[in-house]
Amino acid sequence: MKNLKSIFIYTFLSLAAIVSIFPFLWMLVSITNKSVDVTQGRLIPGTHLIENMKTLFATVDIVPALMNSAIIAIITTILTLLLASLAGYGFEIHRSKGKDIVFNILLLSMMIPFAAIMVPLYRMFGSISDTAPFLGIDSLGAVILPTATTAFFIFFFRQNTKMFPKDLVEAGRIDGLSEIGVFFRIYMPTMKTTYAAAAIISFMNSWNNYLWPLVILQSPEKRTIPLLISNLGSSYAPDYGVIMSAIVIATLPTALVFFLMQKHFVAGMMGSVKG
Amino acid sequence: MSQQSTKKGELDLPVSLRYKETRREKNGVFFRKKVGWLFVIISVIAITIFNFYPMVQAFLLSFQSGMGGNLEYVGFNNWQRLFGDPTFIAALTNTSIYLLIQVPLMIVLALFFSVLLNDPKLKFRGFFRIAIFLPCVTSLVAYSVIFKYLFGIDGIINQFLLNFGFISQTINFLADPFWAKVVIILAITWRWTGYNMIFYLAALQNVDKSIYEAARIDGANAFQQFFQITVPMLKPIILFTSITSTIGTLQIFDEIVNITNGGPGNATISISQYIYNLSFEYTPDFGYASTVSYVIVILVVILSIIQFRVAGEKK
Repeated sequence: MKNLKSIFIYTFLSLAAIVSIFPFLWMLVSITNKSVDVTQGRLIPGTHLIENMKTLFATVDIVPALMNSAIIAIITTILTLLLASLAGYGFEIHRSKGKDIVFNILLLSMMIPFAAIMVPLYRMFGSISDTAPFLGIDSLGAVILPTATTAFFIFFFRQNTKMFPKDLVEAGRIDGLSEIGVFFRIYMPTMKTTYAAAAIISFMNSWNNYLWPLVILQSPEKRTIPLLISNLGSSYAPDYGVIMSAIVIATLPTALVFFLMQKHFVAGMMGSVKG
Repeated sequence: MSQQSTKKGELDLPVSLRYKETRREKNGVFFRKKVGWLFVIISVIAITIFNFYPMVQAFLLSFQSGMGGNLEYVGFNNWQRLFGDPTFIAALTNTSIYLLIQVPLMIVLALFFSVLLNDPKLKFRGFFRIAIFLPCVTSLVAYSVIFKYLFGIDGIINQFLLNFGFISQTINFLADPFWAKVVIILAITWRWTGYNMIFYLAALQNVDKSIYEAARIDGANAFQQFFQITVPMLKPIILFTSITSTIGTLQIFDEIVNITNGGPGNATISISQYIYNLSFEYTPDFGYASTVSYVIVILVVILSIIQFRVAGEKK
């Protein structure tokens, strides 16, 4: 009976692991094979890797797309970390009735579906296109602005700030630091783990964002990586080896960030859950 | 506090120091009460401009109609149009199907995995955990394209099923209204189960092991332990994940566009994709698109209230 149970558990988990990993394996094998071999379901690594990469860089504008995505993701992440941690700190350390009410109203924005505000946002950025082209339609600035402050990250920082020892704030004040000084000199260095976790989530969200860039970016040279891959994926005569190479390259940054900082990620998520 | 009273109380301190101290105190308390707002003000303004204001705009737009920028108020016309619009009804039905099947399926799977992986005696725990979480590192567009190829008519899934004799001829998954929906549900479940599992695993670490010990002594089997200890203990986090998953699935867009593009016909179109099409693919009708988008808003609000109620009652 006990044996049967553990056989069942291991079979079940192994199946789940295979299903989870298989698309990755297939992807990694496919970048080494010719398009024909990929369609024939070849699951053995081939020798076509270099050709695929050459074709990719020669025929697809992947470098500009990577650059655009990187610029957007890095700026968004920095803005998110700074603004959300300031707000989360303010709501928790400088707590007041008024701020609690404002905080709860901000949380409601987490329930706003993006599709519902997409059209008004598009019109809003359209209306400033002439006066401020760097923030108008088809600008990277317009991609960044609406995604840089979200209630989720404010909530995330506030939850994690609950674990921040308040005595440190008092100690900082006695040492003569200003309120902003306490934040930058004491809070920020103490909360490194929280910042790391927020950075991972924010970077991944931004790197992978599809709908808003699709709406706001129009010229091909402004395209981000998800837009490029979506385009490749819908082509009529796909070169599978090349498309898979593009997908692998696009997935590498987030996979690397995740694996390098996995501990921070889980710790941060737990911090936000514990409350 | 005036300088007079200070002088009386602390005569042993030099005057200059005393004066400085009190003023700093007074200003400090006043300043500290207000400075808190400085920390939050940028975010409050940004969220108001980029979230709340557009919500109001969308509401006003939902009563307007016209092509592109030429909009005029048409009363409830857009709202009436919803009920006679077959594409909207298809989008609403499809989204409801995804929601009703995918969210419960994923949450049950994630709970199940997390309970199995929480057992410290389990071998290869770390491997299983990373493997099941792995899909979360892919972007929605990237995995959607991969699923599209996997389930293509000459895709590897078809070849696998053929070779092992499960089917006698290939199934054109993505051109079949039923199978296309199945592929989309499978895809979302593949991508998000591990993500939810991490939340449950984190929460399970806070559950006191002695409760299970006591239950085992009282003769509770694994199923009873699961339903009578694990589920009630994890209720807040289950509520949290089901609300976020519900909101996510209600807005599903990336997968639909990149796996089936809403087809065959409108068999897999989602509400978000319809809003996108109305605004940016067809002749732009921002008014009607906003009306459709408010349907998602209403659904999110209703479903969140229901989930809170259900979770509250069982307590």
